[in-house]
Amino acid sequence: MKQLSKKKPFDLFLCVFTWLCAGTTFLVLVFIISHIITRGLPYLKPSIFALKYNSENVSLFPALISTFILVVLSLLIAVPIGVFSAIYLVEYAKRGSRLVKVVRVTAETLSGIPSIVYGLFGMLFFVIRLEWGMSILSGAFTLSIMILPLIMRTTEESLKAVPDSYREGAFGLGAGKLRTVFYIVLPSASPGILAGIILSVGRIVGETAALLYTAGSIARIPTTPMASARTLAIHMYALSSEGLYTGQAYATAVVLLAMVIGINLLSEYLANKIVK
Amino acid sequence: MTTSTNSGKHREQIMHIVFTLSALTAIVAVGLICVFLFAGGVPAMLEIGVLKFLLGKDWSPTDTPASFEIFPMIIASIYVTTGAILFGVPIGIFTAAFMAKICPKRLYAFLKPTISLLAGIPSVVYGFFGMVVLVPLVRTWFGGNGSSMLTASLLLGIMILPTVIGIAETSLRAVPEELYEGAVALGASHERAVFFIVIPAAKSGVMAAVVLGIGRAIGETMAVKMVAGNQALLRMPKEFLKGLRTLTANVVIEMGYAEGLHRDALVATGVVLFVFILLINLVFSLLNRRSAL
Repeated sequence: MKQLSKKKPFDLFLCVFTWLCAGTTFLVLVFIISHIITRGLPYLKPSIFALKYNSENVSLFPALISTFILVVLSLLIAVPIGVFSAIYLVEYAKRGSRLVKVVRVTAETLSGIPSIVYGLFGMLFFVIRLEWGMSILSGAFTLSIMILPLIMRTTEESLKAVPDSYREGAFGLGAGKLRTVFYIVLPSASPGILAGIILSVGRIVGETAALLYTAGSIARIPTTPMASARTLAIHMYALSSEGLYTGQAYATAVVLLAMVIGINLLSEYLANKIVK
Repeated sequence: MTTSTNSGKHREQIMHIVFTLSALTAIVAVGLICVFLFAGGVPAMLEIGVLKFLLGKDWSPTDTPASFEIFPMIIASIYVTTGAILFGVPIGIFTAAFMAKICPKRLYAFLKPTISLLAGIPSVVYGFFGMVVLVPLVRTWFGGNGSSMLTASLLLGIMILPTVIGIAETSLRAVPEELYEGAVALGASHERAVFFIVIPAAKSGVMAAVVLGIGRAIGETMAVKMVAGNQALLRMPKEFLKGLRTLTANVVIEMGYAEGLHRDALVATGVVLFVFILLINLVFSLLNRRSAL
């Protein structure tokens, strides 16, 4: 307090205003989370996790399973491609090669495209042109393009963080390039890569606009990849726009928030691991 | 021995090709997106008339004859984005300054994950929050029915905060410490040095943060759709308590049942949005290049 009273009025004003702004940001988050949790928890009854959805139990369980399936499928497509392209960019491409520049620019473009545009593209290409219909598969392919730049960037950064001495050591002991990449570089970069993958799980879990017209919104556990299904986020959107199940929408929001918070903590933990 | 090294060589070559092909995926994806969007939308634009489509004020897809003109939606997107910038950017930049230069270390370790959590909250949750909290709040405080330009701007302002804070903070941290030290040595107070030396020095990075915030705001769909009222009418800025429909909302609302020219006109709406985003990306990368120099 002594320090504060010493400041000139203008400096004091700036200082207080900065604290206020940061405080506002923080309070907004706390308010959103506490509001949703306090309203949603009473509705988290066992019936909301019933195996089948009907208008009586408004179960979110099928949506939970569909979300899980969609996450796995999207990662199966996007992770190998994303990691491999990062390997190309960091380990194989020549410095300043034109291809690298073009790949960087396109990846940047991809990360700026809004999800509704992905949704439109997914509908035009996967649903209509490839005739996959509204299905988990169409949704997974659409989302895998969406998360590709995120996986590429995080993998690239963690590969770059691996010291060159590791590679030189491996080469010196007679390992080939491929062996060096898979047995030395990738394992040392894996916490960072995992952190990126987990962040993209967060994007998939929260996505709505890109899925509405690609995966559809049928509230059933999908039996084949060609079946339409709704994820948790879509489930929540459907409930809140129907306006009849506000309580259940709160409960779904609680589950979504819990997943997002868990995902963030996990990726934070892994990201801290590489720094050490 | 020779066979094993041979197969090893083959494997190296094959994997080299696999890695290269993977790297090409991003290029192919952008190409496909461009081709399919433009092929779906541009013919409709030509059929309606490009100028009429972009500058006409009447969107009535179910009338006979139907009319597809998206000027009100373009303006609406610009309004809510401007509103989001007015709310989000000042708070965002001050918070970034706080995080980079003022915040005690202990608090930072706590605040940083909080901000990234703000970025992780799904937009449908934001939209729901807007529906059940902000809409009634605006209704009781300002009148109108609550689903309005103001509500959408407020919500978007919150949603772009983590984007603006993240990039602005990074660029503030990249300013050489000598500038700050020099200012303090010349007698400037801590606050003065931060706000009149460090922030101006990080100008292009801060601008990049604003531009990326614009990109986020203009592309946001679900949250805006849930709180903006969605009337496809041309509004004036002073009608900030009335509802409006953005480009993104237009696509997501009607795509479910649209057919024929109506559907293509919605794809064309997406094309207009896409072009906006490409321009914003271009500005962003130019600014980034400048801040890198």
